[in-house]
Amino acid sequence: MTRVAVEQKVLSENQRIAAELRERFRQNNVFCLNLISSPGSGKTSLLERTLEAFPRDMRVAVLTGDIQTENDARRLARFGFPTRQITTGGTCHLDARMIEKYLADWSLADLNLLLIENVGNLVCPSSYDLGEHAKIVLLSVTEGDDKPLKYPSIFAKSELMVLNKVDLLPYVPFSVQQARENALRVHPGIEIIEVSCTTGQGLDNWMAWLQSRHEQALTAVSA
Amino acid sequence: MHELSIAAAILDRVAAEAARHAGARFTKVGVRVGELSGIDPEALSFGFQALVMESEWERLALEIEYCPRVQRCRQCAHEFPSPNCETVCPKCSAQDTVSVAGEELDIAYIEVEDE
Repeated sequence: MTRVAVEQKVLSENQRIAAELRERFRQNNVFCLNLISSPGSGKTSLLERTLEAFPRDMRVAVLTGDIQTENDARRLARFGFPTRQITTGGTCHLDARMIEKYLADWSLADLNLLLIENVGNLVCPSSYDLGEHAKIVLLSVTEGDDKPLKYPSIFAKSELMVLNKVDLLPYVPFSVQQARENALRVHPGIEIIEVSCTTGQGLDNWMAWLQSRHEQALTAVSA
Repeated sequence: MHELSIAAAILDRVAAEAARHAGARFTKVGVRVGELSGIDPEALSFGFQALVMESEWERLALEIEYCPRVQRCRQCAHEFPSPNCETVCPKCSAQDTVSVAGEELDIAYIEVEDE
């Protein structure tokens, strides 16, 4: 028996395409974010509030992933920015090839910001690089404050945790302090912003994070 | 659960290697699965078995090396295992630590039957 060393990433093909996308984003000064959470944590709601706050001439586009239906794209297209639904037909995550395909006839030169809403799932999307600058994980207070410990992979890989639905805190047994401690235990240095997409609480902090992280990415390009 | 996709990606890489080693008979593929990879080893084995069944890879075995998370302290450079996501340095109590192992999802080797 002879052992031949291979030493390759299992997802090397995905990595290759993601690296190409990242290079295209860099060349066109497009800042790209990948939003990940369980189903129902509020990814689409956060995007609605975000698009709503942008000036009409903001050069932003949205790709939104789901297993079935065009519902999210319909919700997001109301704001007048380019929006496209990726229906995966059963696949539990987006991969780099899907992003490449759905971006194909969009001119990246006309964009500054690309927001990708992943399929609702805290596990599988964490394995697939989409060429984004940062992953953002959403957690809502109607889930458990131990989610970071149960799904460490996505919390370890995300730069920011958005804690949504904080307006419901009086009605649910959720400890913000515990959730923060758990997230920081899994990922020392993760940033945390508390918001309510229903009342608007904390959204100014989210918009400020978005702007400063965007500027940081552009500075990195010109440096 | 995307272990079936991962198993398919492993077989794609094996097929690519097979094309480079014409005539060789592969008996085993060895992969490393990290604790933070989001992959469950048992589900991966199950998906792999389902894919190779009655295929040209029916006799190809899958060996999984599970890689626990290891953190490195940025203050004192101590490396320590991180069961239950414990990321505080046990030596100097610093909280500024980074993962140095546990994110693996690699094909390490292929075993080939000798002529």
